[in-house]
Amino acid sequence: MSSSSDTARFVPVGDRGLLVEFASEISSAASAAVLSLDTVLSAAGVAGVEEVVPAMTNVLVLFDPVVTDHAILRADIERLLAAAEEAVPEPQIRRVDVCYDETFGHDLPAVAAACDMSVDAVIAAHLAGDYRVLMYGFAPGYAYLGGVAPSIQVPRKPAAIRGIPAGRVIIAGPQCIVTTFEMPAGWSVIGSSPTPVLDPDADHPFLFDVGDRIVFERIDLATHDRLVEAASETDTAAAHTDEQAESR
Amino acid sequence: MSTSRLLVSAVGPLVSLQDAGRFGKLRFGVTDAGPMDRLAHAAANLALGNPASATAIEVSMGGITLDCHDAAVTVAVAGGGFTVQHTGRTHADRTHDEWTALTLRPGDRLAVRPGAWGSWAYVAMAGELGAATWLGSTSTHSASGFGGGILTSGHQLDIVDARAAPDREGEIPLPDFARPTGDLRVVMGPQDQHFVDDATAALLSTPYALTAAYDRMGVRLDGPALELRDVLSIPSEPIIRGSVQVAGDGVPTVLLADHQTTGGYPKIATVISADIDAFAQHRPGDTVSFESIDAATAVGIARAAAVRVQDYLTTVASEGRTLTHRLRSSNLISDAGI
Repeated sequence: MSSSSDTARFVPVGDRGLLVEFASEISSAASAAVLSLDTVLSAAGVAGVEEVVPAMTNVLVLFDPVVTDHAILRADIERLLAAAEEAVPEPQIRRVDVCYDETFGHDLPAVAAACDMSVDAVIAAHLAGDYRVLMYGFAPGYAYLGGVAPSIQVPRKPAAIRGIPAGRVIIAGPQCIVTTFEMPAGWSVIGSSPTPVLDPDADHPFLFDVGDRIVFERIDLATHDRLVEAASETDTAAAHTDEQAESR
Repeated sequence: MSTSRLLVSAVGPLVSLQDAGRFGKLRFGVTDAGPMDRLAHAAANLALGNPASATAIEVSMGGITLDCHDAAVTVAVAGGGFTVQHTGRTHADRTHDEWTALTLRPGDRLAVRPGAWGSWAYVAMAGELGAATWLGSTSTHSASGFGGGILTSGHQLDIVDARAAPDREGEIPLPDFARPTGDLRVVMGPQDQHFVDDATAALLSTPYALTAAYDRMGVRLDGPALELRDVLSIPSEPIIRGSVQVAGDGVPTVLLADHQTTGGYPKIATVISADIDAFAQHRPGDTVSFESIDAATAVGIARAAAVRVQDYLTTVASEGRTLTHRLRSSNLISDAGI
């Protein structure tokens, strides 16, 4: 992708970071460039690279300044960008269950009113969205999903609401998040998901990788509650295992 | 081997358990956490013969008082200019103003309180401190409390395989570079282009004071406002420890161990890693002057600092650290008749 190499801007971040910026505004082209660099750089094993952090329009590369420096790393990255043909792998598809019952989706009526649609039409539009994981941020496991249909894009609320629990499906503008922690948020809460996006005891604690395609599937309240129950039993079992491990 | 128990009889806010940090998960929104002063944390551990990354107590200016039960354990206290009071049943109170290692016996009490300077101190224990892990680390994640956790009064700490290690007792050298200075070196950017032209000059020409809005996430500064060109159009970008982030009100915040991994506010500059731990030992009201250096110079400083830190920690880790043991080891050498 020589076009990425031509347009990338390299900016030092202190003594151990290099920001590779592909665009100043969010776009699907910028996302593709971010994903491509993330993929090739994570696979390339470039000397001194400690961590690669993909974001909306840029990639932060953290390095050990004893081993490399900004100029050497820039040259390494430019070489990778020039050589990369079509580095972006086929996205994994992850299924996320969502229950739109008004018990959870208490902002659904407000979103429907703002969009001049029925609640059912908002739900249908949300299910029909083409979601990709753009980046993680804000809190552990908070994956920013791009791809909310234009018809249901609503701005953030003027102020954040405290205490949005884990497992809520929230939207703002073109983005959607499945929350993993109780945090304040100014986004609209439209549903609840029992799908564990962050499971600290799993071999792969985070369900999504950046670039994954997310498909929401609607479940009813009874199914939701049953799955939440099952997930909490698994958690309890995992906690017991931890205690046993610690007491050994 | 025995298990020693340390009971927290009094503790201030923001006192937590920390190992070296939770690394490699920024891409999943998980910040490194770990000690605010990584050098002092490593020194406290190495002084006892622990791995540098072992779990220790991070003590805030709120201080902590610990009562020892069941078995003796040698502990090391390093970081800032805290005072260490050791009350024993078999000796008079001893107060240390230096970084030190000492042995607590059952019935002894250890109080660590802020002294002449510094915001964070570390209490490491000879043995293995039992602590909950989360995502592979015992460092406390402040937003959730997961990991080792925030310590509260009544909390009991179990030290498995606790050792009383008289050969480890004594003063731990305090290096000059652990002390905060009035200068803070930064590399400008990565988003300095979002500020009006005068903003960089304002940041670099006027001292800024630390405010009381200081926790493990960062510290808000007080000084000239830094005016942004346009705040709202910036996509969220990665943040690191040391990012100088400016919110819409123009007030800069230096982000520290528990920073969020991304943020939509522009970062006008980034504090170099050699300066960030000592900076964290400043107290609210202290002032710093930002000095801009270029990226290549910053890398040179990081390399020199890595050598300096490694030399220091090697000295701290060596058993012949105290005067007594230096003398003893030189006697052994003479005995061998070199």
